[in-house]
Amino acid sequence: MKLIKNIGLALFILALTIFVASLTLSNHTLTEAVLSKNISNTYHQEMIKQQAGDLMGKEFGSNVAFINAFKPVLNNSLEALDKASGVDRANGIWNAVPEKLPKGVSENDYRMFPNTVDDYLFSLTKYSAGGLLPGNSNWFFLLSFILAALGGLMYLLPDLNLIPGIKNNQIYDSPATRGITFQVRMIFLGMTILTSILMVFFKYLLIGILTIAAGIFIIYRIYKTNKENNVSFSKTRKATAPKGLGWIGISFGIFLILFYVTLYFFPEYITNWTLMLDPISESLSGNTAGRWFLYGFLYTMVMFVMGIRMLIKYRHNNYQLIRTGSVMFFQTAFAFLIPEFLLRLNQPYMDFKNAWPLDYDFFFEIDKMYGQGTEFAIAGWATSVGTMMFIWGIVLTLIVVPFFTYYFGKRWYCSWVCGCGGLAETLGDPYRQLSDKSLTAWKYERYIIHGVLVFAIVMTGMVIYTYMTGSSNILFLDSYNVRSWYGFFIGSMFSGIVGTGFYPLMGNRVWCRFGCPLAALMGLVQRFQSRFRITTNGGQCISCGNCSTYCEMGIDVRAYAQRGQNVVRASCVGCGICAAVCPRGVLRLENGTVDIDNRVTELKTVHVKSINFKDGAFSLEGNEV
Amino acid sequence: MHIAIIGNGISGITAARYIRKLSDHQITVISSESDHFFSRTALMYIYMGHMRFEDTKPYENWFWEKNRIELKKGFVEKVNHQNSELLFAGGEKMKYDKLILATGSASNKFGWPGQDLEAVHGMYSLQDLEAMEKHSDGLERAVIVGGGLIGIEMAEMFHSRNIPVTFLVRETDFWNGVLPIEESKMIGRHISENHIDLQLATELKEIIDDGKGKACAVITSKGERIECGFVGLTAGVHPNINFLKESGIEIQRGIVVNDFLETNIPNIYAIGDCAQMTNPKPGRRPVEAIWYTGRMMGETVAYNVCGKKIAYDPGLWFNSAKFFEIEYQVYGTVMAKMADNHEAIYWEHSDGRKSIRVIYDKNTEEIVGFNLMGVRFRHEVCEKWLKEKTNVDVVLQDLAIANFDPEFYKTHEHEVLKIYNQKAGKNLTPKKKRGWSQAFKFLQS
Repeated sequence: MKLIKNIGLALFILALTIFVASLTLSNHTLTEAVLSKNISNTYHQEMIKQQAGDLMGKEFGSNVAFINAFKPVLNNSLEALDKASGVDRANGIWNAVPEKLPKGVSENDYRMFPNTVDDYLFSLTKYSAGGLLPGNSNWFFLLSFILAALGGLMYLLPDLNLIPGIKNNQIYDSPATRGITFQVRMIFLGMTILTSILMVFFKYLLIGILTIAAGIFIIYRIYKTNKENNVSFSKTRKATAPKGLGWIGISFGIFLILFYVTLYFFPEYITNWTLMLDPISESLSGNTAGRWFLYGFLYTMVMFVMGIRMLIKYRHNNYQLIRTGSVMFFQTAFAFLIPEFLLRLNQPYMDFKNAWPLDYDFFFEIDKMYGQGTEFAIAGWATSVGTMMFIWGIVLTLIVVPFFTYYFGKRWYCSWVCGCGGLAETLGDPYRQLSDKSLTAWKYERYIIHGVLVFAIVMTGMVIYTYMTGSSNILFLDSYNVRSWYGFFIGSMFSGIVGTGFYPLMGNRVWCRFGCPLAALMGLVQRFQSRFRITTNGGQCISCGNCSTYCEMGIDVRAYAQRGQNVVRASCVGCGICAAVCPRGVLRLENGTVDIDNRVTELKTVHVKSINFKDGAFSLEGNEV
Repeated sequence: MHIAIIGNGISGITAARYIRKLSDHQITVISSESDHFFSRTALMYIYMGHMRFEDTKPYENWFWEKNRIELKKGFVEKVNHQNSELLFAGGEKMKYDKLILATGSASNKFGWPGQDLEAVHGMYSLQDLEAMEKHSDGLERAVIVGGGLIGIEMAEMFHSRNIPVTFLVRETDFWNGVLPIEESKMIGRHISENHIDLQLATELKEIIDDGKGKACAVITSKGERIECGFVGLTAGVHPNINFLKESGIEIQRGIVVNDFLETNIPNIYAIGDCAQMTNPKPGRRPVEAIWYTGRMMGETVAYNVCGKKIAYDPGLWFNSAKFFEIEYQVYGTVMAKMADNHEAIYWEHSDGRKSIRVIYDKNTEEIVGFNLMGVRFRHEVCEKWLKEKTNVDVVLQDLAIANFDPEFYKTHEHEVLKIYNQKAGKNLTPKKKRGWSQAFKFLQS
């Protein structure tokens, strides 16, 4: 059993190594055939050929060398086309002069734009590749993606031999899951913020400065919180505190952060991965694999393997089995397969389970929804399917979400349907204990998440205003800029890099707890008008703290349980793990109508003399003397 | 008024919290074990790596200052009640106006040869945990003596680190002084399926010195010698009251207190594991080393200290525990050997890890107790049935409202009813469903 596990682990590490190494296993030559196949616009094609000069046909030993050579070529092509079309920024001419454009050709068809450069760089890098990997991409697919999944399953499946029950042994002793000391956490935050600043400085100075300010504040806050809660009982014990460095966790965190940064901002460096997925992508949607297909495929596969881990770990617990099966289903069907099939049917790409504002593109770009990774765009909303989708989006957000949250709490979405939640509950499960339970963290959580909610509401309002009036300026703000800020800060930085990259550092629900605007919205419904609550079982609580420790949302469940109080919290995603890990059977997730306005009970007095169960609260019937 | 509390466990801390709720008195909590209150019941989870020590603290460190509860780390050597004064190890003195003794328990030792050797420990305090940790590296076998709740916890702790365990239990079945025989057998099976070497009807005779003052083996009552690097003594606990022997405070097994938790000396109270009730309520023992009784006593004593006399009454018996993967709950009267006028309905799952036992009075048909393995029941519902001496027919028909298992769990209450129908020649059918709404309606009725 142990042997099978070790072989599985070895295979997984081997596959991961091959996966990473595969990025370097190609040489690149840009031929005319590649150019004409990937760039259909003849003006662009000609200009790039002209600018490339000698570089055409030249072989580059690595993708890095190729990108270093061709990024300037593409940027120069953009400049040259701008110049040819009469754009002269120095003299305030920002648009093409119609007379200078070839006859019957619109400005948009003639000029190149920064996102065109990004797209071309990606596809030229991808299809100029030759050598070991591109020639054997199917083999590499088997040796990386498939072997990793198999290795993972070999590592997980032997656990079926264990007696079913809570399996958290040595979580705080393992360098993978023990978490990090606050000094290391601060270094991490600092590094992440620094990286983002460096990236942003290339594009927006203002955002860079804001990021520095936010970073300094976060570091100061964590420092102060830790000082307030200084560990005074300092005798070291093996499992007392994360004494050693959680080095596997840190490495994993760094890997995830680098992955996200590359995926979002430098996708041209990971084209070899997409090359391996072309056959699958083509069989699903008919298109070649772009970076978002790569991401979706990887995401689904990871959720599947780690979902099986969750199913094995909690096979004694039907709530966990059904819930995990549900997130695996919604990810595979709704987030991954259905959108691909839609593309095949020439319909707009859409994830039917994403409500506002998670799918902000959908609301904000209703007149031009793009197929992923491809150049073809459909005027989606003009078609009948597009209209239906638009209406579904509104119905989902305004009716389905509040309605279901009223009946079941926000768990119906956060831990049964949502993709982010799904990843957190599968890949993130080994890290749930690392969430911060302090009162200070709760305070900041409320400011930050509701701040994001306000941001999303303001942005939506501005976009609707722009859509109605055609004017993009509201007061001093440009609605387009607000959207790109939201996309950068919330969409990429917060939900991706911090949201997933910080699993091993700050727990698996950083995004859901501090950032997700939909979670904030449902949280308000759950807190003030919902049938959902977690009830506690009389006087059985022994204050052991398993519930709080394993609450991924950082709720101090014990504080409620030991007072016999129902847990009614905006942030609770209803994962049910607190009830599962409780050794005394104290907690139960329940929906109830009978006392909907009295869910938040006053603390039932612990000294249960006799139960006086009026108005939903116990009171002491003492025998006073 | 200055109220000193010796002991920062659940009893002492609950007392301090309620005194603060009720008054503005000065409160000092004294402990030599730890700076802050932690949950003793979670010590095993620290060793098993489920939690860090910090996670076992129910209140954050700022809590004490904010609520003006002074914490003092120190060991009280003497109580001088004539001068209302505490004497600390090291000579320091502290005046008090009222004193609450909440000193908890200490592990039992029954005069075994070698019981004070190194690597021989109980499992009660933070220091015990540290000792276990210290001797765990490279440990090839541990022997645990005494088949109670702490013994099985210790077995689970070593098991979590794949350290082989031999478990010596005096009784012929595990914990059969408390559990009915079927449940006792079930736990015995479960211990064995976890690869613990469970030796029933076996006692410790001697612990062998390795020549350097450290335990290296034990000899059992059956004459077997078992090599081991650690010996766990878990044959129960007794009140931790040695330092009070000359104090003039009346002591028998524990510190003797009346219904108001007062000792024989005015202004001195005792609560929790260390207290011995003069008039325990029917069905309750004079000394009860249980988490929730400590909590109830802490709350009660706070009223008494603050001048509002309230008698301690723990109410109906209940308790819970977890044996490896099997959770255990009990409500009401469930004896190892059933009283003659009682009758039991016992259902056991085919996997042998779940059971429900319902006990009622043969003559009056009143419900008297519930014993559960691997199934959770709702405390308030069971308590109301027991208090109102509900007819067993009604209880069994409505049994589902007592179920507290998570959603989607299979319910087994109808199977209990089926067994009862067969036994009593009745034809009752289930009337209610699991869930908060039905339970709430019942509790309100």
